[in-house]
Amino acid sequence: MAAWLVRRLAASIAIVFAVVTITFFVVHFAHGTPCGTADRPLPPEVCRQLCRRFGCDKPLWVQYVKYLTALAHGDLGESFGLHRPVADALADAIPNTFTLALAALLVDFALGLALGIYQAVRAGRFGDVAVGNVALLVNSMPVFWLGLVLLLVFGQWLRWFPVGGPNNPVLCPHVDSPYCLLDFLWHLTLPALTLGLVGAAATARYQRAAMLDVIRQDYVWTARAKGLRERRVLMVHALRNALLPIITLFGLAFPFLFTGAVLIETVFAWPGMGRLAVNAILQRDYPVVTGAALLTSAMVVLGSLIADALYAVADPRIRVRGGGGSA
Amino acid sequence: MRATAAGRRFFRHPTAGLGLFVLAFFVTIAIAAPVVAPYAPYYQIDIAHPDRPPSPQFLLGTDPFSRDVWSRLVYGARVSLGIGAVAMLVAATIGTAVGAVAGYFRRWVDTTLMRLVDVGLAMPRIFVLLMAVALWEHIALWALVLLIGLTGWFGTSRLVRAEVLSLREREFVAAARALGAGAGRVIFRHVLPNAAAPIIVSGALGIGNMMLLEAGLSFLGLGVPSPAPSWGNMIADGWHKMAVAWWSSTFPGLAISLVVMALNAVGDALRDALDPRKEGA
Repeated sequence: MAAWLVRRLAASIAIVFAVVTITFFVVHFAHGTPCGTADRPLPPEVCRQLCRRFGCDKPLWVQYVKYLTALAHGDLGESFGLHRPVADALADAIPNTFTLALAALLVDFALGLALGIYQAVRAGRFGDVAVGNVALLVNSMPVFWLGLVLLLVFGQWLRWFPVGGPNNPVLCPHVDSPYCLLDFLWHLTLPALTLGLVGAAATARYQRAAMLDVIRQDYVWTARAKGLRERRVLMVHALRNALLPIITLFGLAFPFLFTGAVLIETVFAWPGMGRLAVNAILQRDYPVVTGAALLTSAMVVLGSLIADALYAVADPRIRVRGGGGSA
Repeated sequence: MRATAAGRRFFRHPTAGLGLFVLAFFVTIAIAAPVVAPYAPYYQIDIAHPDRPPSPQFLLGTDPFSRDVWSRLVYGARVSLGIGAVAMLVAATIGTAVGAVAGYFRRWVDTTLMRLVDVGLAMPRIFVLLMAVALWEHIALWALVLLIGLTGWFGTSRLVRAEVLSLREREFVAAARALGAGAGRVIFRHVLPNAAAPIIVSGALGIGNMMLLEAGLSFLGLGVPSPAPSWGNMIADGWHKMAVAWWSSTFPGLAISLVVMALNAVGDALRDALDPRKEGA
C-alpha cells in the first residue's frame, strides 16, 4: 500500500508539472506579455518598463527556469492587473470555491444516493421511470442555464433567495456573527443547489445501477431468508456494497465541480477561483492564468488520488492485488 | 436477423423513440432553416421596442437586440448541432487512432501515449479552451470546433485502448498476423471493426458534452462570436435582461437540454442494442 501510494504520488506530481509546463508555454506563445492586446497595444515605452518589471524581456527558457525556481519557493508571481501577488489573489478566492464545491457535493451525494436507492427499490415501476427521466433531463441541462432559471424563479419572481454575491455587502461584509453566517448560507443556497442538482442526476443514475447489481446477489437473498426486515436488508446488506462505485464518482466530481464553478460563479457573482480565472483570461492577466491552471490541475489530480485511496480502503480485493492500475 | 434483433433492443428502450424524434425535429429545422424561420437571424425588427413577449407574430418573442428568437433558434441549431457533431468526429477519430496504436503496440508506445492522456485528463477542459480561445484573438469558427475536438479525445482513447488490448489476443487476430498482414491492416480490418460498438456509443453520448461545452464558452463570450446565432450565445445575449424578458434566454437553453437529453437517450439505447453484454450499466 505504501509503495503504491508513493508511486501514485510521484505520478501525480509529474502530471501537475506537465500541466504547468504546457500552460506556461501556451501562454507565452500567445504573446503573454503585459503590453495590452493587438487591438489596444500599450505605448512601446510603457511596455518596455512593464517587461523589465515582470521579466518578460529575457529569453523564454530563462523565464521558464525563473518561474520554476520561484514556484519551488511557493511564489506564483505578481498579477499584471490586480497589483498583488497571484498567491494572495488565489488564497482569497479558494475558500469561496471550496465552500461552494463542498455544499454542492453534499447536495449531489445526499440527493443522488437517496434517489438512486429509491429508483432501484421501485425498479421498472412509475416512480423509477419518472425520477429517471427527470434526472436525465437535469443532467442534460447546461449548468449555467439551470442557474439562470433558478435565479429567475427563486431570486427574481419569488424573492426567496438573493440574486448574487456571497453576502450582504452592507450588513455582513465579513462572516463574523451567527446572523452573518446565516446570511452567507442563504446566499450559498442557489449556487450550491444548481451545481448539486446536476451532479445528483448523474449520481442517482450510477447508484441505481450499482444497487440493482447488488440486490440480485445471493447474500441479499440470504439476508432476506434470515427473516430480516426489507429495510435492514437494503440499508445494511445491500447499500454497503453498492456504495463502492460512488467512490469513483467522487473522484470524477472534482473536474465537474471546477468546470461548473467557472460558469456558476459567473452567473451568481460568486468571488471564487472560477471567476478569478475567467476574469484573468479575459484581461490577459497571464500570471493569474498560470497560477489558476496549476491549482485546478493539482485539485483534479488530488481528487482522483483520494478516490483511488478510498477505493483501496473500502474494497479489500483491490488491496490484496496491490493494483494501482493506470495512474 | 442480427440487425432486427439490435433494432428491437434499441426500441425496447422507453425513451429511444422519443429521443430520435427530438433529434429528427431539430435536424430538420436546422436543414430547413430558411423555410421555417420567418425572419433573417440577424435582422433587427424594431430596435426601439426590443424584448417583445412571445406572440403569434414572434413565436418565442424577440431578444434585447430586437431579433426574432425563433428564427435565431432555428439558425442556431445549424451552428450548435454542427459544432457538436464535427467536434465529436474530430475527437472520436483522434481518440480511436491513439487508443488503437497504444493498445496494439503496447510497451513504450502505450506508456507514452497513456501518460499524455493522464495529463490531458488532469487539465480542466473548459479552462484549457478558455485560455486557447482568449489568448488567440478573434478565433475562427473552424478553429474553435477543432479545439473543442482536440481537447475531447482522451476518454475515447482509453476506451478504445482497453478494447484493443483484449481484441489483439484473440485467435482471429493471430490468424490474420500469421497470414502475413501488417500492423495497419490488422488494426483497421480486424481489430477496429470489432471495437466499433463502444466507439459509436461514446460518440453519441459525447456530442451532447461537446454542445454543452460550446454553450458554456459562448456564454462566457469566448465561443461562437456574436452576432452569429448559437444556442450558447443566445443565452448570453439574453441573460442580463432575464428579469424583464425571460424568453430570450430560456428557449435556447431548453433547446440544448432537449437535444442533449435526446442524444443521451439514443446513446443509452444504442449501447443496449449494439453491446448487449453491458445492458443497463
